[in-house]
Amino acid sequence: MTEFLQQLINGLSLGAIYALIALGYTMVYGVLRFINFAHSDIFMVGAFAGYYLGHYLPAENLGCGLLILAGAMLICALLGMTIERLAYRPLRNRSKLNVLITAIGVSLLLENAGQFFFGAKSKAYPSLFPVHNFTSAGGIVLSSNQLAVFIVAILLLVGLQFIVLRTRIGTAMRAVSFNHIASSLVGINNDVVISFTFGLGSALAAAGGILYSVNYQAIDPLMGVLPGLKAFVAAVLGGIGNIPGAALGGLLLGVIETFVNGSRYSTYTDAIAFALLILILLFRPAGLLGKLQVEKV
Amino acid sequence: MLEVKNLTVNYGAITALRGVSLQVKQGDIVTLIGANGAGKTTTLRAISGLLKTAGGEVLYEGRNIANLPAHEIVKLGMSHVPEGRMVFANLTVLENLQMGAYLRRDKPAIRKEMDYVFGIFPRLQERLKQTAGTLSGGEQQMLAIGRALMSKPKFLMLDEPSLGIAPLLVKTIFEKIVEINREQGISILLVEQNANLALEISQYGYVLETGRIILQDRSLALRQNPQVKSAYLGGA
Ligand SMILES: Nc1ncnc2c1ncn2[C@@H]1O[C@H](COP(=O)(O)OP(=O)(O)OP(=O)(O)O)[C@@H](O)[C@H]1O
Ligand SMILES: [Mg+2]
Repeated sequence: MTEFLQQLINGLSLGAIYALIALGYTMVYGVLRFINFAHSDIFMVGAFAGYYLGHYLPAENLGCGLLILAGAMLICALLGMTIERLAYRPLRNRSKLNVLITAIGVSLLLENAGQFFFGAKSKAYPSLFPVHNFTSAGGIVLSSNQLAVFIVAILLLVGLQFIVLRTRIGTAMRAVSFNHIASSLVGINNDVVISFTFGLGSALAAAGGILYSVNYQAIDPLMGVLPGLKAFVAAVLGGIGNIPGAALGGLLLGVIETFVNGSRYSTYTDAIAFALLILILLFRPAGLLGKLQVEKV
Repeated sequence: MLEVKNLTVNYGAITALRGVSLQVKQGDIVTLIGANGAGKTTTLRAISGLLKTAGGEVLYEGRNIANLPAHEIVKLGMSHVPEGRMVFANLTVLENLQMGAYLRRDKPAIRKEMDYVFGIFPRLQERLKQTAGTLSGGEQQMLAIGRALMSKPKFLMLDEPSLGIAPLLVKTIFEKIVEINREQGISILLVEQNANLALEISQYGYVLETGRIILQDRSLALRQNPQVKSAYLGGA
């Protein structure tokens, strides 16, 4: 039982990070119907932003840790918006394939630029938050970094839900997700909303990047590739375009992965996790919370 | 109010409009009728900024607004209810109406507008929290019109409001269109395939055929026109 709960905690904390990344994929898909393959590298840039910002502030300090988190989120929001403006917007009315290939190009550019500026070698990650292990009577361990994942992820998710469901710009995001023509006919500037969506998604990816790094303690410019792929799968699993779906998909994937990893099939972790996903998608092609959209005429 | 001069619109190599000219005077309901594929939707989309024009002018209150982005044109007091309604199916009725007032900040004024919309379409008020995608076709049309009114337009364009709606409801909706025109003084450009009804409520009409205006006259006269009668009013 202890073992089970421990794995569950580990799985949820990994899953919460996938969820944060998955949200960016799903939101951008929502407004543009396109998969931003460079998103996983924003996650990486977020981690590095935290690494370098960490040079200027004392380590193992909650306030400073949160400040660094906010700084990295801001940097990545700007980066995401810049990428959208320079690389994707000029292709807005071209075929989706052009944009997709461009996104892969941007992804490679970020990875190579990362190797150029940050160095290709793996770096040890500073302890941004105070380090402490909370141990329960039964021997279940929750590290302060895992706790940080839970608290930050929950706050960000609640904040995101608030923005998307209760604010003017969030409602506009949903309107743009539905139909670009209808949204522009009520006076929404689609470009502004799309840019905002990129900023929001990228900020969440940056938070994911930092939380991932404080838990795994090593970063390199290619670190985004695998978590990015898994978060993408999590978004599809939850129902691409669906925000609660992305969060659910991320958590589920993290938990499945952690349990398989702790079993004697650990060599096949990724294979088993992905096979499960394929299975789920066979039965629910639109994802767990996604709806196959049928428009009334 | 609106004067379209020699409007030309292309879809790639296809020319959809070949020099369309039309006018809507302040306070009038003007209708544009024509068969499927004549270019009615294209005309409205070019006026509201959804389509780039290849030639001609769209003078709105004396200013050429051709090729201005659609969201800028809304600011000038023009509202377009698109073909197929395009209500935000994933938003509630209330959110749809709020989005209609996206450019306005004055809460009490928005509230007044909403009350006016509920006055003409009480059905919407009963369905406030319902997702727009679950409304019936007729209710969606009411919502689309209501949403367009929320921006407090001076000029309203409606693209086939009768499309796919039960005849009884069509009658109601047309009555409301007249009411909106009379009470709010909103000038209206109405595109319809149901030429009978459209010519009944409008003062002036244009007949579009393969991208050209082939006839124009006061609606009363058009209804007597043998050509119009045989082609658009079901013979007789
Ligand atoms: N996106 C498009 N790409 C290419 N051609 C188009 C496009 N939209 C419309 N057309 C063509 O332009 C012409 C005019 O179309 P439009 O939709 O304006 O007609 P309409 O009068 O509104 O017809 P309907 O009564 O069926 O709504 C048609 O020949 C149509 O095939
Ligand atoms: Mg049409």
